[in-house]
Amino acid sequence: MRLSVRHVTRYSFDTPARGLVQTHKLIPSTCASQNILSWTVSVGDAIRGAAFRDSAGDMVETISVRGPVDEMVIEVSGEVETTDLYGVLRNHRETVPPTTYLRSSRLTRADTALRDLSASALEGMEDDSALNRAHALARAVNTAIAYVPGETEEMTTAAEALSGAKGVCQDHSHALIALAHAAEIPARYVAGYLHSGQDATGEASHAWAELFVPGLGWVGFDASNRCCPDERYIRLCSGYDAQDAAPIRGILNAGVEEHLDVSVAVMSQHQQ
Amino acid sequence: MTERDDLVFNEMLNGAEVRAAYESLERWHKSMPDEMRTLKQSEAENLFKRVGITFAVYGEGGDPERLIPFDMFPRVFTDSEWRKLDRGIRQRAAALNAFLADVYDRAEIVRAGRIPEHLITRNDAYEKAAIGFRPPRNVYSHIVGIDLVRTGADQFFVLEDNCRTPSGVSYMLQNREIMMRMFPQLFLENRIAPVDGYARLLKKTLASVAPQKCDSEPTVVILTPGQFNSAYYEHSFLADLMGVELVEGQDLFVEGDFVWMKTTEGPRKVDVIYRRIDDAFIDPLCFRPDSMLGVPGLMSVYRSGGVNICSCPGAGVADDKAIYTYVPEMIRFYLGEAPILENVPTWQCARKDEFKYVMEHLPELVVKEVHGSGGYGMLVGPAADTSTIELFRQKIVENPSNYIAQPTLSLSACPTFVDAGIAPRHVDLRPYCLVGETIELVPGGLTRVALTEGSLVVNSSQGGGVKDTWVLAE
Repeated sequence: MRLSVRHVTRYSFDTPARGLVQTHKLIPSTCASQNILSWTVSVGDAIRGAAFRDSAGDMVETISVRGPVDEMVIEVSGEVETTDLYGVLRNHRETVPPTTYLRSSRLTRADTALRDLSASALEGMEDDSALNRAHALARAVNTAIAYVPGETEEMTTAAEALSGAKGVCQDHSHALIALAHAAEIPARYVAGYLHSGQDATGEASHAWAELFVPGLGWVGFDASNRCCPDERYIRLCSGYDAQDAAPIRGILNAGVEEHLDVSVAVMSQHQQ
Repeated sequence: MTERDDLVFNEMLNGAEVRAAYESLERWHKSMPDEMRTLKQSEAENLFKRVGITFAVYGEGGDPERLIPFDMFPRVFTDSEWRKLDRGIRQRAAALNAFLADVYDRAEIVRAGRIPEHLITRNDAYEKAAIGFRPPRNVYSHIVGIDLVRTGADQFFVLEDNCRTPSGVSYMLQNREIMMRMFPQLFLENRIAPVDGYARLLKKTLASVAPQKCDSEPTVVILTPGQFNSAYYEHSFLADLMGVELVEGQDLFVEGDFVWMKTTEGPRKVDVIYRRIDDAFIDPLCFRPDSMLGVPGLMSVYRSGGVNICSCPGAGVADDKAIYTYVPEMIRFYLGEAPILENVPTWQCARKDEFKYVMEHLPELVVKEVHGSGGYGMLVGPAADTSTIELFRQKIVENPSNYIAQPTLSLSACPTFVDAGIAPRHVDLRPYCLVGETIELVPGGLTRVALTEGSLVVNSSQGGGVKDTWVLAE
């Protein structure tokens, strides 16, 4: 499927900021399931520099703006040819040993409830394949946490999301990572884009989890949508959790009020 | 605790006989009247107060404003004793760096089955952001502090390695400075290897690991968390001695491909950052977002070759107490040499059979937390009462992989001034090995002394003091 993305992030500041530094992971990598046909990240007159491909295979770039700054606009647009590989990440260049992703962060740490959910989801599956066990964990998350926007926020932990039984894709992903860790399965957070059909302005920024399945490697699981990433998905970057995998990370001077406006549109070629 | 004096190696006395290296000091202390000693001791304390050196060594907590007691009786190594230590320390620093270069690259040591993978990849100090990147000269830990104890004439053991930002070197330098000022005669009578070249060697080491993009004389800075940090004195002292800027995170910024320092003459490019802040705080855009101490974007410049960070982020994976057990193996694996310095035998509570041994012998052992430092969270079995031992037993049962155990070593003792003259007190040693284009080591190091009679804990937070450390020329 040929997908086009337009992702605009606009920061405006009540009091002009003295300066601005951001680290971006906004460039998807080519792998078997996605071929990047064109991709541009425009940052206005910000000073670019210090770009590198990190150990997880993501392009990282730090930009800076000399103050005073009252607005910062980041515009991402591109075209990607995608293929459905049932969530399997193939031909993706990275050097992090998968067992590194057995480490939990504050957001993905499993409490007793998450550990219990993991164990009950896998009950009787001792002889099942690793892939089936991973699917079982993703289903358990989808059942335990209802998709309800507005109930959780950026710093909500997996444990909190489970106890509230509501959340969005970020919470589903954190919970799935926690369940996987409890079962000694390496797992990580993936940020990306999703083409969700007719309503192109809907859930276009998306997140899911990848679990490491021996024999297959990393496999994506979208617990929110009860599926594995297919040709509607574009994979942007990964990390231990949403914070580590954030496509944009920035620092402002203290006391500056920031307003954020994000619009993302993912469309398939025949809709345009 | 009580201990049998005949089991303790006395560094000055061989039975009743004074060892050759200490003869001049024997005459010196015997000829010093009590009033003179009291006078000199308070003079020394005043000198320390005046220079403002009051911090706790090794980030071990305690009252940062407390003066660490200085004991005027020097500790002495002969040339031949030091030669062996010198070779052993350099060997260890080289192996630790080879290990770091390996675990952030192909991890051959894991592939070869010499170290279990999980000890590395699941270690909090193992840094994902450092994988697949070669720092200049492939050096990760530029200042390696190796803590040594002695149990016999020719028996030295490494207690732990410090690969991140070991502190305390300012005490080594000030102890010497103050001894030379107060007792110049001693330095005429004895041929004592100087230590004041340390600052020059440190600067040379840091400049030698400037990144590729640096095409002129490298600009080196020391990055401090600020004046409220307990080791701030050391940061500013070393900056002064090296003639480099002491900066805080807010004095630096990232723009384009480089890190810049704000100066009155405008921005100046920085090439090498000797950072005295922890990994988690150096870049809020890569690590802890709430850090106010770091430089936003620093890791991007580092990874793209615009600046070097000493020690490199992730260097701490080599000095973990669980990894420590494998250092002799690293020396054999990377250097193809036999280890010159021995490790203290260590039981990993995470291993079933070793756990059983530890449980059965707890009252004889020293138990430490894998990530702990500074004598906190530590059990000294022979010195502990039954309830403390049982409390530790419970903690180990709950989380075995968090603990290691070692035999209680009978640390060597050095003469130390006490109210009634001199008496033997237990000591350890931390030399500071510099690794850059070459490996450099100033003779001696920092000697810590347990001032309480019979105590084996030399940490300043637990009543420890410091001494000048001499290496005598042949």
